[in-house]
Amino acid sequence: MNAIEVRNLSKSYSQFSVDNISLDIKKGYITGLIGPNGAGKSTLIKMMLGIVRPSAGSIRMLGAEMPSEEIAIKQSVGIVSDDCFYYEHLSLKDMKKVIAPFYTKWNEAKFNRYMEQFELSPMKKIKELSKGMKIKFALAIALSHEAELLIMDEPTSGLDPVFRRELLDLLAEIMQDERNTILFSTHITTDLDRIADYIAFVNRGKLVFNDVKDDVLDRYAIVKGGQDLLDADIRAKFIGLRETSVGFEGLVDDRKQAQELFGSYAILETPSLEDIMYYTAKGGPIYA
Amino acid sequence: MNIIISHASEDPIYIQIVNQIRHSILNGEMKAGDSLPSIRQLAKDLQVSVITTKRVYEELEKEKLIDSVVGKGSFVSGANMEFIREQRMKLLEDKMLEVIRESRDLNMSEEDVINHLKLLFEEEQTS
Repeated sequence: MNAIEVRNLSKSYSQFSVDNISLDIKKGYITGLIGPNGAGKSTLIKMMLGIVRPSAGSIRMLGAEMPSEEIAIKQSVGIVSDDCFYYEHLSLKDMKKVIAPFYTKWNEAKFNRYMEQFELSPMKKIKELSKGMKIKFALAIALSHEAELLIMDEPTSGLDPVFRRELLDLLAEIMQDERNTILFSTHITTDLDRIADYIAFVNRGKLVFNDVKDDVLDRYAIVKGGQDLLDADIRAKFIGLRETSVGFEGLVDDRKQAQELFGSYAILETPSLEDIMYYTAKGGPIYA
Repeated sequence: MNIIISHASEDPIYIQIVNQIRHSILNGEMKAGDSLPSIRQLAKDLQVSVITTKRVYEELEKEKLIDSVVGKGSFVSGANMEFIREQRMKLLEDKMLEVIRESRDLNMSEEDVINHLKLLFEEEQTS
């Protein structure tokens, strides 16, 4: 079962484009959408939400077609974004009064509980909020209308480590109900990735992979060794390679092959998602 | 049952969890019929992905150490008592071997060790 189905989605701007992306977001799991700045993550999410119109392709969300059934779909979607969609001059209480009537399943008690948990004062004005507090307010709204799909665009960029960890528990709590789905995007691989089941990696407007996180970390490997091990054929096996006068470090996407190739002559390590992102984004040889 | 995982370890997270649950079952800390936390609860508690804990339970099911019942959760299996006993015997043998090596260092004869063991048996029974 898929919560979101994206098919052949494209959008071009003068500077960059989203190029023919097809992607399934699995229901009941957490998917992390990662990629460097300007890779197309936000554009992709904005197209899913009907904020940006795609030039080609289709989107199905929770079994219904976007954008024709957008109003019904949005009842069950919670959105947390880095961009602030709220009226700056309103208080949180007044802003809530504007938003709540749109949702048929608005849960006032839940909202008040989250406001308290996140230490948000209802009398405060939106413009007085810090970036982290805005994210918390968006989260309180998103979690208060019985959404089964939570979409978060760069939720951690304004958050301190303390609340980031709290968020981890909060999201895991939501996932206790296997009907729920979470999609979040981030350009910094943080503790959030720890609980992600799937990782979708977007680079230069293209989808590099969308796979089980544990499998990705099993498949890729960081290889470290001396310069004498490298020749043209070997170099070609690397997705990204950083060579210096004292050795090399590179990323391969076939750990088994690398093991056979290098044996005990090189060190093989499990990469972090950041390693994978860095070497893929840079691509080819890097001379330092 | 305690499960402690290390993100700095060489072993993949799921292997670390499998090893620790298996250990708890084999050393008798968890007994046949004891229930395990749900897949999603364990993922939350350890702050790992649901797919990781799902794999853990699948592996333990394959080893016939636990049973999963839809809607009820997972339990330590009673079906594989022989295997569990075998594994526990192996652990015991390892400890005995350690005793033998240690006694050699102390220049104790085989007889000394056996006599000492008998003495300890008696003490254990009277206490």
